[in-house]
Amino acid sequence: MTQQQVLDLYFLDARHKLIEVAAFLDRVERADGKDDFRLKAFRAALGRLNDGQNEKVKQVLLAFSDPTTRPIAKAKGKSAAGAWAGKTG
Amino acid sequence: MRYIEPHAHMVSRVTDDYERMAIAGCEVVCEPAFWAGFDRSSAAGFYDYFCQLTGHEPARAAKFGLKHFSWLCINPKEAEDVKLAEEVIALIPEFLNCPNVLGIGEIGLNKNSRNELKVLEMHVALAARYHQLILVHTPHLEDKLKGTRLILDVLKSDRRIRPERVIIDHVEEHTVGLVLDAGFWAGMTLYPETKCSPARAIDILETYGQEQIWLNSACDWGISDPLAVPKTALEMKKRGHPAAVIDKVIYQNPKLFLGQCPKFKISSKDR
Repeated sequence: MTQQQVLDLYFLDARHKLIEVAAFLDRVERADGKDDFRLKAFRAALGRLNDGQNEKVKQVLLAFSDPTTRPIAKAKGKSAAGAWAGKTG
Repeated sequence: MRYIEPHAHMVSRVTDDYERMAIAGCEVVCEPAFWAGFDRSSAAGFYDYFCQLTGHEPARAAKFGLKHFSWLCINPKEAEDVKLAEEVIALIPEFLNCPNVLGIGEIGLNKNSRNELKVLEMHVALAARYHQLILVHTPHLEDKLKGTRLILDVLKSDRRIRPERVIIDHVEEHTVGLVLDAGFWAGMTLYPETKCSPARAIDILETYGQEQIWLNSACDWGISDPLAVPKTALEMKKRGHPAAVIDKVIYQNPKLFLGQCPKFKISSKDR
């Protein structure tokens, strides 16, 4: 596809999702209390969009990923949080 | 349009889903063993589940003209209990000769723990001993990259395992290259909120090519869409992909991989 065709097919959808991200950040910033590792990872991932690197989606996924290589001692639950908490089990 | 749904948990779906899939062009549905959303309390619960996957569910699918195949294992979400896993794995051989069983799956890792790894190795050994195909689940979200690497280490360290007989599922942009470069098949799961969207899955196809890769909905009891594969085919059409390329990705590729199991036969036309 040409860039024009990609824009015709996906621009409005991407614009919608970007505005949702902005609204999420406004919402969490006006809420009381403290944030956690998820918001820090989210901001780090956002930074990957503008650092001039290729493969932006890969860079964002890596920003949320556990970078360690050894298995954890024991699974304490079954679910994933969406961002690495920065601790090894 | 015709397609194969190579990964769907139909025991969690209503019969309307079978009907909609058949109307959309689905000819075959394959169902890996999965976590029920709660922990089963004993190996006997798995025995009943394996009976459901090999007897009841194929009959339910047949009412809508769909062939149903299944994969057996204890899912990584229940693999922290090694003793239970040993008991369940001991049940599997008696089901391997069932006419709709394709292999061992979906095995893998969930939180990347030592016990999960131990159970993964037990499943891989079982598959090797009985010459079975393998379907691998990779972990969710932040655990996927590390889990994919650990899984690849286990598979590559067992010399009996041939990569072309293993599909590693739920790949995303940060793991697909690791899987394909090692010679394994890669599965892309189309989910509304996590894993791949149709647009991203097609981006991956355009970037990495259409060899040794398939699409699936992995529809289950959670937020998922049993029509995700034909919806992605429609998205490919919108991008201008020819019908032959779409057919390769959603029909020929899964047929090629699954056809390595002699029990996987699609009777009519083509085929």
